[in-house]
Amino acid sequence: MKKRNWIAYPHIVWMAIFVLVPVFIVLYYSIVSISDNGIQLTLKHFARVFEPLYLNVFIRSIELALISTAICLLLGYPAAMILASKNLSKRNMLIVLVIIPMWMNFLARTYAWMTLLERNGLIDTIVKAIGLPPLNIMYTDYAVVLGMVYNFLPFMILPIYSVLSKTNKSVIEAAEDLGATPMVTFKRIVFPLSLPGVMSGITMVFLPAVTTFVISELLGGGQYTLIGNLIQQQFTLTMDWGFGSALSIFLMILILISMGIMSKYEKENEGGGLW
Amino acid sequence: MKRFFSAVSLFLALLIIVFSAAITTGCGSNGRTIKVYNWGDYIDKSVIKSFEKQYGINVVYDEFANNEEMYAKIKAGALDYDVLVPSDYMIKRMTNEDMLYKINFDNIPNYKYIDDRFKNLGYDPKNEYSVPYMWGTVGIVYNSTMVKEPVNSWKILWNPKYKKQILMLDSQRDSIGITLKMLGYSLNTKDQKQLEEAKQKLIEQKPLVLAYVGDQVKDQMIGNQAAMAVVWSGDAIYMMRENKDLKYVIPKEGSNIWFDSMVIPKTSKHTADAELFINYMCDTQIAYKNADYIGYSTPQTEAKKLLPKELTSDKTAYPDEGDVKNSEVFEDLADSLPLYDKIWTEIKSK
Repeated sequence: MKKRNWIAYPHIVWMAIFVLVPVFIVLYYSIVSISDNGIQLTLKHFARVFEPLYLNVFIRSIELALISTAICLLLGYPAAMILASKNLSKRNMLIVLVIIPMWMNFLARTYAWMTLLERNGLIDTIVKAIGLPPLNIMYTDYAVVLGMVYNFLPFMILPIYSVLSKTNKSVIEAAEDLGATPMVTFKRIVFPLSLPGVMSGITMVFLPAVTTFVISELLGGGQYTLIGNLIQQQFTLTMDWGFGSALSIFLMILILISMGIMSKYEKENEGGGLW
Repeated sequence: MKRFFSAVSLFLALLIIVFSAAITTGCGSNGRTIKVYNWGDYIDKSVIKSFEKQYGINVVYDEFANNEEMYAKIKAGALDYDVLVPSDYMIKRMTNEDMLYKINFDNIPNYKYIDDRFKNLGYDPKNEYSVPYMWGTVGIVYNSTMVKEPVNSWKILWNPKYKKQILMLDSQRDSIGITLKMLGYSLNTKDQKQLEEAKQKLIEQKPLVLAYVGDQVKDQMIGNQAAMAVVWSGDAIYMMRENKDLKYVIPKEGSNIWFDSMVIPKTSKHTADAELFINYMCDTQIAYKNADYIGYSTPQTEAKKLLPKELTSDKTAYPDEGDVKNSEVFEDLADSLPLYDKIWTEIKSK
């Protein structure tokens, strides 16, 4: 096996060139100011990140991402339990059903929601046919959260399912033998054992949700700037690469901290990863 | 699994090396080649073919989505394009930063066909750097079944009657610009107080706005999703073709009049061939083909005559000087750009 180590080098080189170097370039842009007088070290970009205007954007993005993650957890956990309780042949079919939407392009799926949600769209037509007032949630926070939950739900279901399906059934049987009600069994046995899956599910939903800019732009109608939109705007419109880099670095730090907290839980038990 | 990924990355790395080698040798060959960088879907592709055939010059044709993207790539310096088609304010910025060659107009005899209205404008006052390709305005497109009153002022975008039926452009420059125009200021202002006033107006307007959109505006207006929208004239022509209820106006306070013009960046190594291409684009038949395909307004007077009468007599596409007398061309904001960005972020995060 040792002889084959060289085969990993392209991968290492690849990662270094396309992951590490770019991160350092971003870091570099965030701490220098480039003007006619040359290049100077500066913290002014980071100072701007902490202005209330931009902190509010951060808070808003985190808020929406947290709401979406919570909804994903509430929907995803029971779904994962149902999946894990089915026998093998049914289970595989159901998992395919969870995964199939992910084969389609993310943008195409979000555009599809636009036609569903819009005025006189499919959903409104159905709601009106039943005799209820139209929903009109297109271009609101509800639409943004809906888009996030829809797109990221599989990332919650799959890791939880993978842990639950590996749970030793005899542990649960032991609890039942000792007279625990199903509720107690769930609270004291099943849920604690599935925590690593829950944690990686939360990470895998929260990260893309907090950084998305497509969903908020398409379903939110650009009414609420999220952190992803703000960063994109700095690079493509304002040409303020320094400020954009500082925003990115600050977001990266936030994410690293939250991943650090998450990984603490994951280490305690194996098998939390997705697949 | 790890080994599989390593193998894949090795393969990809090899692929990149092979391809970049192929590209560099491709450039070194004897055939004449020019590289053109234009907006997406902004040319009749048969025109490129006929140019290649007529002059034996190979054309590498690439597309960009907005001025800033194009600028960032050219500024980075890795690309050697010969012809670009930026908008007015971007041309100004690029000339200020010494990124463009002066064009030798002796090589562009077809320049005589360009309407004199479109020469010597603010972004190129002595006409040294640019040749207009297409032009247009910004205005309001409205659905005449939903809006019964006459539309002639930007103020209608602040009318509470149309709550949640108004679409604004998700573009800081345009949205702030038309607000400044409504307030009677220049849309190139750098005055803090005027900008503050415009900001308050836009925040006040926000509850009435259904969404701030880009290209989606076309589908939304054609599909009767909103009563009115701020749009570029070229898009308005497209929408009106698809939905007969739609009408377009340039408000009386004036608006933005814009130009996309051909320029030669300093990255070019074949300026004579680039001029040949620019001249070809101004040829009557060619300009006609392009205008007919794109649907935007051509500054080439002879080509305009070939277009269908109902288009050229329509003030949407070809407003006369009276309709645009209050309108201005965008100038480069330079140092005030971050201020505009901040205002826009404040509006959108309210």
